[in-house]
Amino acid sequence: MGKFLRMALPPIALGLLVTGHYIGLAVAPPDREMGDVQRIMYAHVPAVWIALMALTINFICSVVYLFKPSWKTDSLAEASAEVGLLFGTVGVLLGAIWGRPTWGVYWTWDPRLTTAAILLVSYMGYMALRRFVEDPEKRAVWSAVVGIIAAVDLPIIWYSVKWWRSLHQVQSSPKTVDPEMVLPLRISAFAFLAFMILFILHRYRIALHERQAEVALPDALPTDGPQANRTPGVV
Amino acid sequence: MTPVARNRLILVGALLVAGAGLAVVAFGKIGDNLVYYWSPAEMLGQGEKAYGPTIRLGGVVKPGSIQWNAEHTTLHFHVATDHTPGSASVLVRSTEVPPQMFRDGIGVVVEGTFDKSQVFASNRLMVNHSNEYRAPKPGEEPRKWQETVEGSTTASATGAQ
Repeated sequence: MGKFLRMALPPIALGLLVTGHYIGLAVAPPDREMGDVQRIMYAHVPAVWIALMALTINFICSVVYLFKPSWKTDSLAEASAEVGLLFGTVGVLLGAIWGRPTWGVYWTWDPRLTTAAILLVSYMGYMALRRFVEDPEKRAVWSAVVGIIAAVDLPIIWYSVKWWRSLHQVQSSPKTVDPEMVLPLRISAFAFLAFMILFILHRYRIALHERQAEVALPDALPTDGPQANRTPGVV
Repeated sequence: MTPVARNRLILVGALLVAGAGLAVVAFGKIGDNLVYYWSPAEMLGQGEKAYGPTIRLGGVVKPGSIQWNAEHTTLHFHVATDHTPGSASVLVRSTEVPPQMFRDGIGVVVEGTFDKSQVFASNRLMVNHSNEYRAPKPGEEPRKWQETVEGSTTASATGAQ
């Protein structure tokens, strides 16, 4: 199953991306107010959606790991956090590029942008924690706790534009977007989804092998410093 | 305590902390202290307290109020609380070339200071976009309009539409 997906997903993802972006860039009309700048929507919005989805998977894995420990769950948590952070960073950067011509600024501390920045910093912290803790079991438990706490920001990001005044607009819906623009947005979103699954699968496989190696041969893994300076279990 | 029981206890604790955190943000009064911008009515309601500090003022550009002085590159316009005629409005002075979408009736957020003269001196002008994305109506040509904007600094004042 995993191998089949790893083979089948790249052409699917690439095909969807090319189709979605082609329709978005060449077929769909420009926005009547923003003009062609609006086309960045077909990458910005899917990137952020997929980031939120990947980080939700991380939250679920964190909960499941603490309920019933398994290296598979821990590996999937690691994989989804990294992929989520990647898509989130892409989404924020694209948003900044969109903001300059539209709003007039790359960045402003409005609630949506601030909560998005908190998201990126939280999951950078999550990844740093994973690299600091050498004992795989402690690492899994601690990072699961951080994963659960950090996930609080996910609904806050979603509702930030509804709860507070912001420069960022509230969520669009098919009612507020013309159908010619909804189609490329949907296709691009599925392209990003396929890429997310592909990236997570690869990262999961690497992480799981690392975990199994760590557990089987704790002393065989390369470390950063001389062995003598290490306290067992802790950094 | 077995490791599994300990982990489940940690799980309950983490979920409680996360839930409490979310509840505080969602239902607490955080929004009252974290206001991204004041509306003209709110700012005027502050009276003298609004004079001096850097604040953000948000609202809509009052139709017909845009005045662009090309010689001194200064822009004057009124920011109204909303689209209802007669809603509170504040005169804003900006020396910045505004973003392309700046026009009558659009949402804006300006950063700057307000003082006794009742003119808001803006040093940053931001335009916000609604969540609507529409194809141009017959006869509208956003691409041509953009070219005219790039070609002249006064375009924002004359604006499209």
